[in-house]
Amino acid sequence: MKDIMNKEVDDRKEDAIVTEKQLLPVQLNVNGKQYILHLEPWTSLLDALREHLGLTGTKKGCDHGQCGACTILIDGKRINSCLTFAVMYQGVPITTIEGLAQGDKLHPLQQAFIKHDAFQCGYCTPGQICSAQGMLNEGHAYSRDDIHELMSGNLCRCAAYNNIVKAIEEVIETGQTPDAV
Amino acid sequence: MTTIAADISQASYIGQPISRVDGVAKVTGTARYAGEYTAPGLLHGLVISSPVAKGRILSIQSEEARAVNGIIKIYSHENVKDLPWFDLSYKDMNLLPGSPFRPFYSNEIQFSQQPVALVIAESLELARYAATLVRIEYETAPFETDLENNLENAFTPKRGKTGYKKPKNRGNAKKQFTKADVKIEAEYMHGAEHHNPMELFSSTVVYGKDGSLTVYDKTQGVLNSQSYIARVFDIKHKKVRVLSPFVGGAFGSGLRPQYQLFMACLAALDLQLPVRVVLTRQQMFSFGHRPATWQKLKLAASNDGRLEAIEHTAISETSRFENYTENIVNWSGRLYSCDHVKLDYRLVPLDVNSPLDMRAPGAATGVLALECAMDELAYKLNIDPLVLRLKNYTEKDPESGKPFSSKNLMDCYKQGAEHFGWEKRIYSPRSMKQGKQLVGWGMSSGMWDAMMVPARAQAKITADGKLVVTSATSDIGTGTYTIMTQIAAETLGLPLEDVSFELGDSKFVFAPFEGGSATAASVGTAVLFACKKIREKLLSLAKKLEQSPLANVQDEEIVFVNGRICHQDDIECSLSIREVMDRTGTKYIQEKNSDLRAMFKQLGYARNTHSAIFVEVKIDEDLGLISVTRVVAAIAAGNILNPKTASSQIMGGVMWGISMALHEDSFMDHQYGRFINHDYAEYHIPVHADTPDIEVIFVQEKDTVVNPLGIKGVGEIGIIGTAAAVANAIYHATGKRIRDFPITPDKLL
Ligand code: FES
Ligand code: FES
Repeated sequence: MKDIMNKEVDDRKEDAIVTEKQLLPVQLNVNGKQYILHLEPWTSLLDALREHLGLTGTKKGCDHGQCGACTILIDGKRINSCLTFAVMYQGVPITTIEGLAQGDKLHPLQQAFIKHDAFQCGYCTPGQICSAQGMLNEGHAYSRDDIHELMSGNLCRCAAYNNIVKAIEEVIETGQTPDAV
Repeated sequence: MTTIAADISQASYIGQPISRVDGVAKVTGTARYAGEYTAPGLLHGLVISSPVAKGRILSIQSEEARAVNGIIKIYSHENVKDLPWFDLSYKDMNLLPGSPFRPFYSNEIQFSQQPVALVIAESLELARYAATLVRIEYETAPFETDLENNLENAFTPKRGKTGYKKPKNRGNAKKQFTKADVKIEAEYMHGAEHHNPMELFSSTVVYGKDGSLTVYDKTQGVLNSQSYIARVFDIKHKKVRVLSPFVGGAFGSGLRPQYQLFMACLAALDLQLPVRVVLTRQQMFSFGHRPATWQKLKLAASNDGRLEAIEHTAISETSRFENYTENIVNWSGRLYSCDHVKLDYRLVPLDVNSPLDMRAPGAATGVLALECAMDELAYKLNIDPLVLRLKNYTEKDPESGKPFSSKNLMDCYKQGAEHFGWEKRIYSPRSMKQGKQLVGWGMSSGMWDAMMVPARAQAKITADGKLVVTSATSDIGTGTYTIMTQIAAETLGLPLEDVSFELGDSKFVFAPFEGGSATAASVGTAVLFACKKIREKLLSLAKKLEQSPLANVQDEEIVFVNGRICHQDDIECSLSIREVMDRTGTKYIQEKNSDLRAMFKQLGYARNTHSAIFVEVKIDEDLGLISVTRVVAAIAAGNILNPKTASSQIMGGVMWGISMALHEDSFMDHQYGRFINHDYAEYHIPVHADTPDIEVIFVQEKDTVVNPLGIKGVGEIGIIGTAAAVANAIYHATGKRIRDFPITPDKLL
């Protein structure tokens, strides 16, 4: 039997095979710092952050835009960084989990997450927090149900969902929503 | 001056809702997981998986891939030769009878997605690209992956894996059935499920100049990974150090070394360079899973609702090469009082990878069927489902005849029902509505073991009054760091900030893998005993000091509070720990717990946790949409060390139960012998929008038998019974019994 994988590879044979490394210079502005990297053009923004900049706070849970673990803020807007290429974000302000605290002072969402035990293993947490900040920036979360709905792109296998929502609610209620980051 | 009472309560941490001590690391992104360590010149590995379920590899053509600049090497069975091929070398602490999977052992394919090659490259991007250029030709062979089609091939396993208990029969269930007033009989089925922790399985292996390996692994047991590597690659244990300080969820998937560990070590040793291998989400459907299981329940009762006979049969899938066993049916002989019980557990070998413990292995499956059947029986008897449970309550373990070390399931029923408002339930199905929606209320009981396994801890206090406690245990999100810190701080009366607990390092003293809800009890007791030894040493040093105020104080009157050793009634009569160490010239005191087993008195008792779960669902019948809107989980799990982290464990477990009832299913396409929904988009788990209000109640349960702190563990009990409560609520809402899980909308229409 000719199996599925062979077929896939056969189709692909038509494409040119790249044998030489093709690195592009990419300038990224992450958490207020400028970086110049040399990357394969198909490097995802997530891999650029994790593998090339060592900013491993942003997590990879699927690499397919299905889990939200890689959520970061681009100019205040939340995106899945695994679904996009690093070369597309040259010069745009990028905020990752590492950029939320002010020195030793935690961001209100970070504080509220600890207080409400809004995580267990912590692997989805940076994505949840960045996503929550992105959601607050969007300004459409008025109720608990809204938060549940608008945060549904961020999976948590430990299922800390209720505590995540409590943490976000507290930040909204106490009006400590920081300016858009 | 503060009163002693106030001081003492300040120093009490056990039982307090203390925030996680690793919280800051987790919310700031500084907690590092296995695939996030790096080393200069780190190489990246990508695994290629078999698209066929059974057959042979005919050829591997990798010239094109190897021609790519930056590709270091490609491994497969063709060039990996000099490894030991004895089964024993590959056995891990999970100890499944059979012959463990050995990557790159031969050209034989035993299951779909079996790893067949490893591409090592300078960057992840290159590895990914080159993997697409590798051409592998297979010859396929006929395979079987369908459990339900092969039930007649089931056999009774003679031996099981670690922790397997052969089900025990009692009385004569068969005879009793013929005589009983009321009977029900029902079959239940669920497919395979995969753990899918959020973190991808990863190992980063750093090769040392002396040939040693430093391995960062995603595992629930660093010592398990260490001994696996040492045996497979024939290196000395002390040359392999495995670290796993943070684990991005595991739920059982980290109980066996997964193949990325093998791959990364293989390449690192061969190339003498640092290597990282990370599996893809899709590849995480290639290893162990909760086995697909078919079950049949027969219950017989007297007209007044007393159980007269229970018959429970379960048939689960296993692989062709190992017998994976679970305690599925055993719970049916233990949860209720009943004299006639017949249990039957069998396996069907299929062309799949071996199943693997997944949160509450066995109980999640068996109690689901038992508790659905109890609901069916209640309706046959025309009595309230909760009343049926109460009528068959047992104060002793019906299987062994032993008393329970503690069992407060009664309060779970009472408080759970009260908080839920169960008495307002209208008995008949389809009788509670809200607008256009059907409302259903269902309940279930649950039961799990309160286990103690041998574990050690080492504690070291230094002259500055700081305490460091270590153990090779793990924190998979369970709160181990936090609760161990609490126990240590309380035992020595130190402020929390002065205590740190370290784990996830094979250099530390022995602890078993984190599983079965046994860590809090086992490691917790070890921490307690190690710290108590330090306490004794400190006290004797303190008493020996010249003009010691404590010289004549009885040991029972001594308390350790706020870094001081005090007379319990007179705070003035005290010495600070620092002063004692300083004046005696003691640089540090280091102690380990000595006794590995807590106490023999345990043997005379059955030791278990229990629960009662109450669930509300709302159903849009036109669309078949089911939402769980409310859950009350009442838990009897002994002493709760930290209600904050323990509630999180229960909430997580409850969500897993909801998921089992409504969402989760690894869908096997029997034409290809492959799980086809192998990603997060198609493998459904609950999201924020699926989350109901969950109230967690811990009922009082004092237990002096299980261990000195009365700890029973909470990792599994939350899932057990929850899926049944959901299914029972769906019946109450709609009048439909769905016995095929998960209950997706199509099954309701
Ligand atoms: S890693 Fe980007 S969405 Fe999952
Ligand atoms: S905290 Fe573990 S996945 Fe969310």
